[in-house]
Amino acid sequence: MTVMMDTGNRIAAKAAQMAKPEVVAAYPITPQTVIVEEIARYVQSGQLDAEYICVESEHTVMTASIGASATGVRTFTATSAHGLALMHEMLHWAALARLPIVMVNVNRTLGPGWSIWADETDSVAQRDTGWIQFYCSGNQEIFDTVIQAFRLAENREIQLPVMINYDAFILSHTSMPVEIPDQEAIDEFLPKFKPFWQLDTDNPITHGNLVSEDDYMDIRYGMHLAHENAKKLIPEIALEWKETFGTYHGGLIEEYRCQDAEFIIMAMGAIGAEAKLSVDNLRSEGHRVGLARIRVIRPFPNEEIQRIGRGRTLIVVDRNISVGSGGAVFTETKSALCGLNDCRVYGFVAGLGGRDVTYEDLADMTRKVMNNEASETEWWDLKETGGA
Amino acid sequence: MALKNLPREEFLFPGAAACPGCVGCLSLRIALKALGKETILVIPASCTASIEGYFPKTPFNVPVLTIAFEAGAAGASGVSAALKRLGKDETNVVVWAGDGGTYDIGIQALSGAVERGTHFIYICYNNEIYSNTGIQRSGATPFGAWTTTTWTGKTEHRKDLPRILMAHEIPYLATASASYVEDLFRKVQRAKTIRGSKYIEIHIPCAPGWRFPMDKTIEIGRLAVETGAWALFEYENGELTFNGRSKRILEGQVEPKPIEDYMKTQGRFRHLFEPRRDEERLTEIKRHLESDWARFRKQVQLQTA
Repeated sequence: MTVMMDTGNRIAAKAAQMAKPEVVAAYPITPQTVIVEEIARYVQSGQLDAEYICVESEHTVMTASIGASATGVRTFTATSAHGLALMHEMLHWAALARLPIVMVNVNRTLGPGWSIWADETDSVAQRDTGWIQFYCSGNQEIFDTVIQAFRLAENREIQLPVMINYDAFILSHTSMPVEIPDQEAIDEFLPKFKPFWQLDTDNPITHGNLVSEDDYMDIRYGMHLAHENAKKLIPEIALEWKETFGTYHGGLIEEYRCQDAEFIIMAMGAIGAEAKLSVDNLRSEGHRVGLARIRVIRPFPNEEIQRIGRGRTLIVVDRNISVGSGGAVFTETKSALCGLNDCRVYGFVAGLGGRDVTYEDLADMTRKVMNNEASETEWWDLKETGGA
Repeated sequence: MALKNLPREEFLFPGAAACPGCVGCLSLRIALKALGKETILVIPASCTASIEGYFPKTPFNVPVLTIAFEAGAAGASGVSAALKRLGKDETNVVVWAGDGGTYDIGIQALSGAVERGTHFIYICYNNEIYSNTGIQRSGATPFGAWTTTTWTGKTEHRKDLPRILMAHEIPYLATASASYVEDLFRKVQRAKTIRGSKYIEIHIPCAPGWRFPMDKTIEIGRLAVETGAWALFEYENGELTFNGRSKRILEGQVEPKPIEDYMKTQGRFRHLFEPRRDEERLTEIKRHLESDWARFRKQVQLQTA
């Protein structure tokens, strides 16, 4: 084990290198670019034995990844915001083809106007593509989740692509110390990829031909079952990692001081890390506050949220927005808790386009709820001219 | 190779859901005979993608990756890279795409793959329309042709995609015709032996799309070559050579048949002749055709000079 002090992007690239993908198709986009630069360096300096395809668009990144994965090799890539949006068609394709591609998406704002700062709307908008989606809150979690994602994706019970998300700049460009296990230990945790299906001239199959209305729905149900299986496997893999390597960030949800909490903050990504400080401060003021940090939004942890929500007040903070509806975690949490009468849910939309969300902001949101001053949904920290 | 000597082994079985008389299927069958068993096909949205038949059945005896419309060359890039990793570099990676998927929506992926020197063969079967969606104009549709998006005839000439690919310094490029299967077979075989990117474009008369009786398909394909509406050539190591009848037309050994002989066989050009001749547009078609052949001659002369 060594300690590497580096940015989220370089840590993600290091994890990818240690997972030994055989094909990486890549295209640059701020703030992800460092990842594909680092992987190019790993490949060109002989530290990663892989084919690196420097393609002409993100649509081709995902399509080439599909082609490579379908041919039977481990495949990794990374993108952000508009790049992810350009991939949209092929995100569906990868998931329906049940290909275990692992991709990092650095959460960045969509234009116009041009902005490169943190916002989860890019990946939240891809919830229906069939990809499993993680959100990380620190660089150690980025490293651990990238390796764990391959184990998960390549499991026979899953066979789905996995997206690992983290906040632009707040994590992508911030250095933190990260424990890096030895390569042999990683190899043991993540054995060589054995494809579930592949293009093979000795066993010619036609993949993706016409599917009748009699068959299509069952294929979708298979994907749904795989997501249900992931709800069990994600926590199991995380615990196995903890036993092997010592680091742990929760299963589907990371619970922090929730046990006796009356009020629970819910958030994803870096806001989820910031909220721990708010919880500590509010606790020192005598309030019974906890944090449930959502690590996985697909599959959505409905059952976990029902357990956590019972008898509590939830303060959901979303750095994303489905315009015309609300923040993703808020609306889905409400849906998960529908019918439970002993739980109140408040939703705050905050930090869009990279606007800072501090531990004080999160504490203030919580106080507003505790004082019965909050509306069910609020946009936090708008300017006086907001909406004009 | 004489037709009777083509390999007997079939990689496209009967039962594909193509229109009767479809020479797209015929060309694919011939191309697969030249490619052989060690072949992976990547097929973007096209007529061929829809004649693959219903899951779980297939008429293909080679692996097929069906892929999105604009994504043929992109998918092949991934397959080719993975095969290299698996030590199966000798397997042919072949995109089989229509002119819509090649000239229009797929040109970015194709240009990118060729620029990267991707080791693959890209075959465009060009029936000069979006036939699968029901006969709409494409970048390959000729001037004056009726389609369901050009009811009074297309007002632009087709794009010269082979020239665009030659500008990529592609190692091998060829045009072919479903009516000259020995020539097609030879060109696919040639492409197999070359490293890097190869492009073959096959002219595919489409009976329902061009409005002619389905038993005339081969004849009309021949007329396209005999009139010079379609030219058979190869481009290798930066050198352009013409083949068969097209070579004789180029060298002046044989006069091309009048272009109208070709156009009059097809309902898509009927409005240029009935109820009265559209001299203006017919003149433009002839002018454009002559300028194509003048450019061909100039290019070949430059090579020999």
